Amino acid sequence: MPHADSPASFLDTPTGFRSWLLTHDHKRIGILYAIAITAFFFVGGAAAVLIRTELATPQGDVLTADGYNEAFTVHGVVMVWFFLIPSIPSVLGNILLPLMLGARDLAFPRLNLASWYLYALGGIFTIACLIAGGADTGWTFYTPFSTLFSNSNVLLVVVGVFIVGFSSILTGLNFIVTIHRMRAPGMHWFRMPLFAWTMYATSLVMILATPVLSMTLVLIGLERVFGVGIFDPALGGDPLLFQHLFWFYSHPAVYIMVLPAMGVVSEIIPCFVRKRIFGYRFMIYSIMAIAIVGFFVWGHHMFVSGQSMYAGIVFSLLSFVVAIPSAIKVFNWTATLYKGSITFEAPMLYALGFVGLFLLGGLTGLFLAATALDVHLTDTYFVVAHFHYIMVGGAVMAYMGGIHFWWPKVTGRLYPEAWARFAAILMFFGFNFTFLPQFVLGFLGMPRRYHSYDPEFGLLNAFSSGGAAVLATAYLLPLGYLSWSLFYGARSPANPWAATGLEWQTSSPPPTHNFLETPRVDGGPYEYSPSQAEAEAEARA
Amino acid sequence: MIGFDRLITGASNIADDVDAMFFAMVALCGFVLLAVTVTLVLFSVRYRRGSKADRSGDHSRHLGAELTWTIVPGVLFIGIFAWSIGLFAKIQTMPKEATSIHVVAKQWMWKVQHADGRREVNQLHIPVGKPVRLTMTSQDVIHSFFVPAFRIKQDVLPNRYTQMWFKPERTGEFRLYCAEFCGTDHALMRGRIVVMEPAAYALWADAGGTDSLAHQGEALFRQLGCSGCHGPAATVHAPDLAGLYGKPVPLSDGSTVTADARYLRDSILLPSKQVAAGYPDIMPTFQNQIDEEDVIALTAYIQSLDPNPDPDPRQETVDAPR
Repeated sequence: MPHADSPASFLDTPTGFRSWLLTHDHKRIGILYAIAITAFFFVGGAAAVLIRTELATPQGDVLTADGYNEAFTVHGVVMVWFFLIPSIPSVLGNILLPLMLGARDLAFPRLNLASWYLYALGGIFTIACLIAGGADTGWTFYTPFSTLFSNSNVLLVVVGVFIVGFSSILTGLNFIVTIHRMRAPGMHWFRMPLFAWTMYATSLVMILATPVLSMTLVLIGLERVFGVGIFDPALGGDPLLFQHLFWFYSHPAVYIMVLPAMGVVSEIIPCFVRKRIFGYRFMIYSIMAIAIVGFFVWGHHMFVSGQSMYAGIVFSLLSFVVAIPSAIKVFNWTATLYKGSITFEAPMLYALGFVGLFLLGGLTGLFLAATALDVHLTDTYFVVAHFHYIMVGGAVMAYMGGIHFWWPKVTGRLYPEAWARFAAILMFFGFNFTFLPQFVLGFLGMPRRYHSYDPEFGLLNAFSSGGAAVLATAYLLPLGYLSWSLFYGARSPANPWAATGLEWQTSSPPPTHNFLETPRVDGGPYEYSPSQAEAEAEARA
Repeated sequence: MIGFDRLITGASNIADDVDAMFFAMVALCGFVLLAVTVTLVLFSVRYRRGSKADRSGDHSRHLGAELTWTIVPGVLFIGIFAWSIGLFAKIQTMPKEATSIHVVAKQWMWKVQHADGRREVNQLHIPVGKPVRLTMTSQDVIHSFFVPAFRIKQDVLPNRYTQMWFKPERTGEFRLYCAEFCGTDHALMRGRIVVMEPAAYALWADAGGTDSLAHQGEALFRQLGCSGCHGPAATVHAPDLAGLYGKPVPLSDGSTVTADARYLRDSILLPSKQVAAGYPDIMPTFQNQIDEEDVIALTAYIQSLDPNPDPDPRQETVDAPR
């Protein structure tokens, strides 16, 4: 129902189930995404729990070998394509980008709704695969295993991922046009919030890289059904060709997951430090550098694949190059704290957790970029730990931080702060408890994707499984208290964090067309002042 | 902890180099991690709201600081890169004198063929201190030959020969894993590398008593009917195979190819792909009739036909491109 002091919110009008399923409102579509993505997160999470339960002991005693292979395939496919890639762009990006730019909606509202239906359709195929008995190829679908040897439902899952790719392409297209055409008067490029910049860079990667994946998936389908001989060595095909095509998409895909996370953190930290972000322009240059150089490093997944030594050396060098802008960002976030006026609400705890975990994930990436070390470490648990630090420690922490930061804006409700802080801290420790031992396991030589293993790896695996139980609990907590806040949370003011972005200048939740009057922009996005924040705090005390 | 020692202690000529680099990186990255974390915590405490701290001035940009933390990591990364490629080249450069052993991978086992004809499954016996070169291929999907104690790994592909080498420097048994997911029993595709003192190895080698690989190839050569065309008394027009191995072969399309293991394998399985100049394209394919191990035996036989053989017949068995 409408608040007394604000216009009818997008949540309240129009009403009815139909109005949601046929909505063109970017915020409602963002919420549809949030619901679907949360469901997939818990499907992928359930698979992770199965995996860690199986690995708690060296014997394969919980799942059969095939059952385990299907579990990690579901976990990978669902988490990568149905959670990590769409999470921040499709949920937070959808809801926030027009608000941050001072626009009434995205450039193509109907296309936006179509993107969500494509996501849902892709999801249906993937769930159908699961119900039909699952697939056992891993999320990477390496040929010729996926094309000639797997007896599982590869086609269903490939079709699912193919379809969801279009959702990604259309979302990217929509964002790019919106950013180019629909910024509020006065918001020139260097007054755009960093989150909008990361959405821009991410969208470029999405529309350039995703078609390559789509094409590759079609080739898998053709190969599997008609045996056309593109990847089948018996017909003169090349299994390495698949890896090149696959990683040409799937390495940039890592940046589809991480760049938006960096954007979220770059909004949260200045707000709770009450300071302009350090090196705003350098942050933008590094965002664009990551997006561009990220296209040229795919071969670092293939140092022992049989590609030439010289290719390995070039890809190694480029991988070190792409690490430089990532390092810049970590240092800039840290420098932002200097001489700030810092408070530690839940979003800030998530953001600080992100910086720590992303740092460790990035540093261990250097080990894998170094060819000589990669020969030993690749396809072991070292790699598993590394990419979970980046993708779960990094991207998921930032997503959680973003959800908490903008929750009052979107729902108009506050959540119980103590619970939120507790969950953030528990998540951080649960995460490290789970994945730190895996670095050691990897160096000791435990290969990935083993459902049973040699007994000397038992102790560290038991630790890791224990950590996973803590982590799973930490992920269930927000589901509980955020759902509670939807019904019982206190009403939020328009700007509970006293933040400076345009999205905070309209009511919470915003009206259907975001702003009653088009806002004008006459300054940078982070006009915070630490001394003023100190003075206000003192006056209140 | 039981077993850790055996896993963590390097046992090949490059293991110590890899470990040195690994632990140097652990120290360096550990230092960076610690430095950034401590700074984050210190700033968080010192500049928490309400603390007595100087907050004057605008500290949202500083070109000197930004250039420093762009250039310093850049230089460090180039240094790590240089260290790494030096070592990578050492890992990848095969010594000439390495003993050649063939490995055929299949779901879900490792099949090993020694030059003297002995075969093993899921184990590989080798003498300590002598470099070993593995020439590997797969009969089905991609596998990966991984010996953690040796700090090396190499994917094994169908329809292609990949190579790896190592020099074991400690005796004992070391774990062998398949590191590339290959289906149901991927986790069970394990084996052991048994590194023996030379004397013990000689005893083990003598106990085998099988025919040499080339001899096995010769038997196959007759049995499969190859000798009907390629033999000295053949009436059909087919190239003579004596002295062929390692030599350039002019092809009917005008190009030239070196008669290495890859070329011989293709000629047996896909004979129409590269036809020797001056000969009709009439050879039948042996694809799906013989397996990879037979191809290796036939290749060894053809190699042994050299009228002027190398002093060490185990040299230069295969020269697959890397």
